Amino acid sequence: MTAQGRESGFGKDLIGLEALTGDQIEAILDTAEPFKEISERKIKKVPVLRGQTIVNLFLEPSTRTRISFEFAEKRLSADTVNISSAGSSVQKGETLVDTARNLEAMRIHMVVVRHGSSGAAKFLADRIPSNVINAGDGQHEHPTQALLDLLTIRDRFGAIAGRRVCIVGDILHSRVARSNIWGLLKCGADVAVCGPRTLIPAGIEELGVQRLDSIEEAIEWCDVLYVLRLQLERMEGGYVPSLREYNRVFGVSSERLGRAGDEMIVLHPGPMNRGVEIDSDVADGPRSVILPQVTNGVAVRMAVLYLLAGGRPELAEDAKAAAR
Amino acid sequence: MSGSLLLTGGRVIDPSSGLDEVRDVLVRDGRVEAVEQGVAGPEGIPRIEAEGLVVAPGLIDVHVHLREPGAEHKETIRTGAQSAAAGGFTTIWAMPNTDPPLDDPAAVGFVREEARRWARKGEGGARVSPVAAASLGLAGEQMTEIGGLVEAGAVAVTDDGHPIHDPALMRRLLEYTQSFGIPVLQHAEDMALSAGGVMNESAVATALGLRGIPNASEATVVARDIYLAELTGGHVHVQHVSTREAVELIRVARERGVRVSGEASPHHMALTEEAVRGYRTEAKMNPPLRSAADRLAVRQGLIDGVLECVATDHAPHHYEEKEREFDDAPFGIVGLETALAVCIGELVKPGDLPLFDLVERMSTAPARLMGIEGGTLRPGSRADLVLFDPDEEWTVDPASFRSKSRNTPFGGWEVTGRVKRTIVGGETRYRDESAGPD
Repeated sequence: MTAQGRESGFGKDLIGLEALTGDQIEAILDTAEPFKEISERKIKKVPVLRGQTIVNLFLEPSTRTRISFEFAEKRLSADTVNISSAGSSVQKGETLVDTARNLEAMRIHMVVVRHGSSGAAKFLADRIPSNVINAGDGQHEHPTQALLDLLTIRDRFGAIAGRRVCIVGDILHSRVARSNIWGLLKCGADVAVCGPRTLIPAGIEELGVQRLDSIEEAIEWCDVLYVLRLQLERMEGGYVPSLREYNRVFGVSSERLGRAGDEMIVLHPGPMNRGVEIDSDVADGPRSVILPQVTNGVAVRMAVLYLLAGGRPELAEDAKAAAR
Repeated sequence: MSGSLLLTGGRVIDPSSGLDEVRDVLVRDGRVEAVEQGVAGPEGIPRIEAEGLVVAPGLIDVHVHLREPGAEHKETIRTGAQSAAAGGFTTIWAMPNTDPPLDDPAAVGFVREEARRWARKGEGGARVSPVAAASLGLAGEQMTEIGGLVEAGAVAVTDDGHPIHDPALMRRLLEYTQSFGIPVLQHAEDMALSAGGVMNESAVATALGLRGIPNASEATVVARDIYLAELTGGHVHVQHVSTREAVELIRVARERGVRVSGEASPHHMALTEEAVRGYRTEAKMNPPLRSAADRLAVRQGLIDGVLECVATDHAPHHYEEKEREFDDAPFGIVGLETALAVCIGELVKPGDLPLFDLVERMSTAPARLMGIEGGTLRPGSRADLVLFDPDEEWTVDPASFRSKSRNTPFGGWEVTGRVKRTIVGGETRYRDESAGPD
């Protein structure tokens, strides 16, 4: 296996879930299952990616996604280098195409990229033979976030198909929402979005989701309430009048959850604005699976790294066992 | 005999006189002398065999960016004029959003004289008419010295690229320009509505995670400008109409006699927002490629004559500037060397617009609309002509462009209709070299 232009059964890169089939997505989740256990071990390391070099290219601030990827890489024994925009050549005005060429010249195997512009991950993937994993590009996609969300939903309900999932909040600016919409639809879920009309993007129904206008209606309807972070700058942009108003109209409170079905769970991609989009008693309450999401994040990212490096889903158990 | 020649056996299409027949065209001293059958022509005059070709008035493009002064790495007056000639254009209007902008008579004079200087050196192309800035520094505040600018050669005013937002300024412009008989060209866009937008606002933008520019950002400004034209009696010309709403507004306003006109660009008639998928920066322009319904409305607008002319909005950019993240790439595509073929393929081949009418929309109509010379082969008129093969099939190869820039969404397209020769004032300014020696 060489680093040059290698391809797994999932393609060279993971840019978004829009391009994957439901079967491929389920296969990634299946692959993540055996990797979950590695994180529970005392020595959390297997040699699956030994000798592989991975660059974490984070050109936009990120804490949990970057750390989650780093843990996934280290637990698979990859050699990693972190680049962030601050202090890098990017800050000195280097273009993305030059960054790509320079990385390639160093003969790396994979790039995990976070970037503020939609399409940046694909831009990079089209220009270098290394595997590219999108860790969030602008408002386009954040596929590993959606995969860990899907895994969390599957863990709870046994299957994604047939479940009703409502994504609440700033759909317009959210790459998490887009990746979840594609992933959920491809896995057979019913998907709705709910939020102020100023933050619901044009033509959202054409993607195959329904729009619910009230949070009460959303809570009654869904099995999974996916609460998005309300970025504070949205207020300055004039999308919502105030945080207080947002909380009043769309905030998820335990009082509002009184209308929910018994099994209904609450997800949030983090970081949370407690008291804005979600109240603390919900975030920390019995319906919340927010911390299991974070745990699953490492397993899903291990699975993605393993698969793009040429691993096969049915051999994941062996790969893990061989390490013992 | 400079500026004299005889074109024999071509299919002469002259919309200004309703002519579409095989004729010979005699040009003497830069002027059309005769358009008849079996013209003998004086001894020693160069003869050009035009059999199988269309001989038409030279094309006119009232919307071109030449980038000089200030961005000569993208295009210069020389290369832009040559690019135009290669596309069959004999007159182009150069937009004022240069650096510095064309907001004073010296800058306007420079553009005009620079084009003439290259023509004298034998490196000319199409005639270049400068369009002056409507406001100082294109800032949308203080009106430019339009009288002086017209004296220096300006043929119209616009803040193209910087839409005129202030309704009072727009009103004054539409009043003041009437003293000089020139139109105000408006890039109709409400910048507050389109802020941050990089493509059409729609489900495609939603899926790509790109910020959208709604149709209303164009339509609201067109509606306002129509009322201001009606109020003042001035002529507002809407550049690159891209939405079905704007086409409809212009249609209704013209029916009640308002002096509003509009232009259709080849790309808005040939492409939709789907071309952006894959984050293709060569499909990024402003106004953006719109929905299928908008594309059809713009086509129909041109076919019906609601939009009187074709204009390319030729907007050269260096490849490095386009080779980047979609958000950061500049708006605009080149269009001069593909316009005729794209329009033939999109409108004439499917039978939606006769070739005669397309020639009208690309030459006679813009000349009439803007009150300038050209667009005719009537005896005595300036000998600005294009010869093209309406049936020749070719593949668009951006590397072969005369333009300095290659930013086109039509690269690799199989198109029909090829310019063979472009004549300006009786002088050949472009010749398709694949046609063999003269």
